[in-house]
Amino acid sequence: MVQINLPKNSKVQKGQYYKDKTGSKNIRKVNIYRWDPSTGENPRMDTYEVDMDNCPSKVLDILNKIKNEIDSSLAYRRSCTHGVCGSCAMNMDGKNGLACTKSHAEIDGDINIYPLPHLKVKKDLIGDLSTLYKQYESIEPWLKTNTKTETTEILQSREDRSKLDGAYECIMCACCSTACPSYWWNGDKYLGPAVLLQAYRWIIDSRDDERKERLKKVADELKLYRCHTIMNCTNACPKGLNPAKAIAEIKKMLATG
Amino acid sequence: MSSYKIIDHEYDVVVLGAGGSGLRAAVGLSEAGLKTACISKVFPTRSHTSAAQGGISAALGNMGEDDWRWHMYDTVKGADWLGDQDCIEYLCKEAPRAVIELEKYGVPFSRTEDGKIYQRAFGGMTKNYGNEPIQRTCAAADRTGHAILHTLYGQALKHKTEFFIEYFVLDLLMKDGVCKGLIAWNLEDGSIHRFRSHITIIATGGYGKIYYSATSAHTCTGDGNAMILRAGLPLQDMEFVQFHPTGIYGHGTLISEGVRGEGGYLVNSKGERFMERYAPQTKDLASRDVVSRSIAIEIKEGRGVGKEQDHVHLHLSHLDPKIIEERLPGISESSKLFANVDVTKEPIPVVPTVHYNMGGIPTNYKAEVLMGNESEKTVPGLMAIGEAACVSVHGANRLGSNSLIDLVVFGRAAAKRAAEIVKPGTPHEKISNSETDKCLDRFDKLRNGNGTNRTADLRLAMQKTMQSKCAVFRTEETLKQGVDEIRKPFDGMDSISVKDKSLIFNTDLVETLEFDNLIRQAITTMDSAYLRKESRGAHARDDFPKRDDEKFMQHTLSWCNGKETKIDYRPVHKSTLTSDVQYFPPQERVY
Repeated sequence: MVQINLPKNSKVQKGQYYKDKTGSKNIRKVNIYRWDPSTGENPRMDTYEVDMDNCPSKVLDILNKIKNEIDSSLAYRRSCTHGVCGSCAMNMDGKNGLACTKSHAEIDGDINIYPLPHLKVKKDLIGDLSTLYKQYESIEPWLKTNTKTETTEILQSREDRSKLDGAYECIMCACCSTACPSYWWNGDKYLGPAVLLQAYRWIIDSRDDERKERLKKVADELKLYRCHTIMNCTNACPKGLNPAKAIAEIKKMLATG
Repeated sequence: MSSYKIIDHEYDVVVLGAGGSGLRAAVGLSEAGLKTACISKVFPTRSHTSAAQGGISAALGNMGEDDWRWHMYDTVKGADWLGDQDCIEYLCKEAPRAVIELEKYGVPFSRTEDGKIYQRAFGGMTKNYGNEPIQRTCAAADRTGHAILHTLYGQALKHKTEFFIEYFVLDLLMKDGVCKGLIAWNLEDGSIHRFRSHITIIATGGYGKIYYSATSAHTCTGDGNAMILRAGLPLQDMEFVQFHPTGIYGHGTLISEGVRGEGGYLVNSKGERFMERYAPQTKDLASRDVVSRSIAIEIKEGRGVGKEQDHVHLHLSHLDPKIIEERLPGISESSKLFANVDVTKEPIPVVPTVHYNMGGIPTNYKAEVLMGNESEKTVPGLMAIGEAACVSVHGANRLGSNSLIDLVVFGRAAAKRAAEIVKPGTPHEKISNSETDKCLDRFDKLRNGNGTNRTADLRLAMQKTMQSKCAVFRTEETLKQGVDEIRKPFDGMDSISVKDKSLIFNTDLVETLEFDNLIRQAITTMDSAYLRKESRGAHARDDFPKRDDEKFMQHTLSWCNGKETKIDYRPVHKSTLTSDVQYFPPQERVY
């Protein structure tokens, strides 16, 4: 039997409403997805009224304000606060991004915050990235070189080095992969844009001696060719990288041998 | 606490932390055939090493003649003679090999015209014992830390290091002064784990979050340092807190020293390049404590910029846009995001911001932890590396780009030493449950906190006190007030409130445990600062403006039991490691 409805325990319910207690005239409503695995209850949307007169500019500032001043039980990952660690990736206003670099002024009306789409949720805004991490490991993200010299570096021209630009900067936040419909449906087999961008980073490193083997390894119906150039990945990347182009380059290298 | 079920693990070595130093140690340990676990409260590439921008120092000589002895002299001088010169010799001599090794691991360093690793100028790095700035800092654009961290994680994967990710370590297991492992809480499923190990390596980073405004990540809470204090061991030189001259005004985001290394400069409200007055020779490339103090003086004397005249400007719009694009892309992005500034057209508003802890767990150059009271005796089973450690190579002030090299040189040294001490597969002797129970008692007490004080409020009170009483300039009066005031948030823990009682991803409880860790370090920092009645490196006292080598060429040791501290001193090493270089006797420090 085809199951048309969502399973009962995944229906999102109306949650608690936290009214502003500061008396501020500048209030925004922030709706946040909440789920606590230890209660056995369904997920819910809690609403917080937040005093925007005393809140810095990013979505993460709102979350910190809620956690510090209104509801300390709210769970989310965060660390560096300036877009290099990739911890606070989430879905804000329907778009994936980093809470620490996303300005709340860019969002009209109420602010809706969800975990990254299509991940198993661990708690509140914390998603399970273990599959993506295993896929990252599978592409063997380390230099494979036959160079024997130990006292000097492997030379690399500036031109060859510049080929790594746009690939090595990836922070593994998973905004791209969790924005990709192909990854939603085949996430267990399709490597997805984040991991393919990293595969590409090693394939095109002029110092690596196993380019061919690396290419052969990803040349797979499911691992690579589930990319249908939907381009959501490139749209989603908070670092302005272009995983779709990297995937196209891999396909091109395979096609031209 | 019998109510918590405990899952046991046995390893040869356990590494606590998965930043640059922890990962480098883990790679070396796995290579040596030791069964190694690496435990981290965040996924490895989320560690704060990722935020390091400008580069990693090593006298490679790719941009002209260089010598590791020059690097050593600069580091000794940068440290204001509080560094141990045997350890500094080891650091600078090993540095070139460590960088070459990173390149072989795959770090995407920027390149020179002839394909070598690109090196840029950095503060305090000079030619021929202090003569003129030199290009010694190896860079991967302005994302060097990120590039190194991701590469080291790849190497750890290659060597099949076993990771325990999103495990929060509660405390060390100490028995009769020997470290036997640790207790950790798995955030993902709420279970409690006991790791037995012959050696435990602490690589938990700095504790910048004791301050209100810091470039540090939320996770920089010095958890390992606090475990040392709870184990009855001392921390060293805690009063030496580095303020980076250029954090973005109002937000605290780091703007790399690499900007000044590439030709950027600081300007006050009169449009003066004021660093010319304070450091005629090296100007904007003086060491960080000097530049931070100069900015603070400019602001104090009314030459700050902005409505409140409380910051200065960093100019780089005169640089070739191509250079900015190629070598400083990350800071262009940060400036846009957090200061709304286009660096090719406008200056960046900056202010000195807490950035690095020179102090930490005292170790020797083999990364073994020192007991403190019996001079150089080590604690069996315990090592510390990276920002958590105080070797001491940075002394009273760290030079920019000397931290990344510290991570890999001493990460490697720790692995090497552990491989000498531990035979793979050595069985573990039994230990009683009393140590485990003690540590779970603390955990349980905080978890069930039903008082009236919110963790966030206590943390804010601590941060504001540190920021106002223990800043760039310090006085007897502010520090004395600080010594009293910093104990109030500690007392507040008696009535702490933790709303979330669950065990899975209970970030409310994580932040409370982190606060418990932070406040002990805040207390030792304040007390150590109060008792050091001289000015040296990052510790600048208005009332004692001179360095006092007679009384204070000593490392501060601080023990902390609850809110009570004990402060003692041990002499700075006055010799080098080998005869390859001579001891640099103290001189007046002029840039």
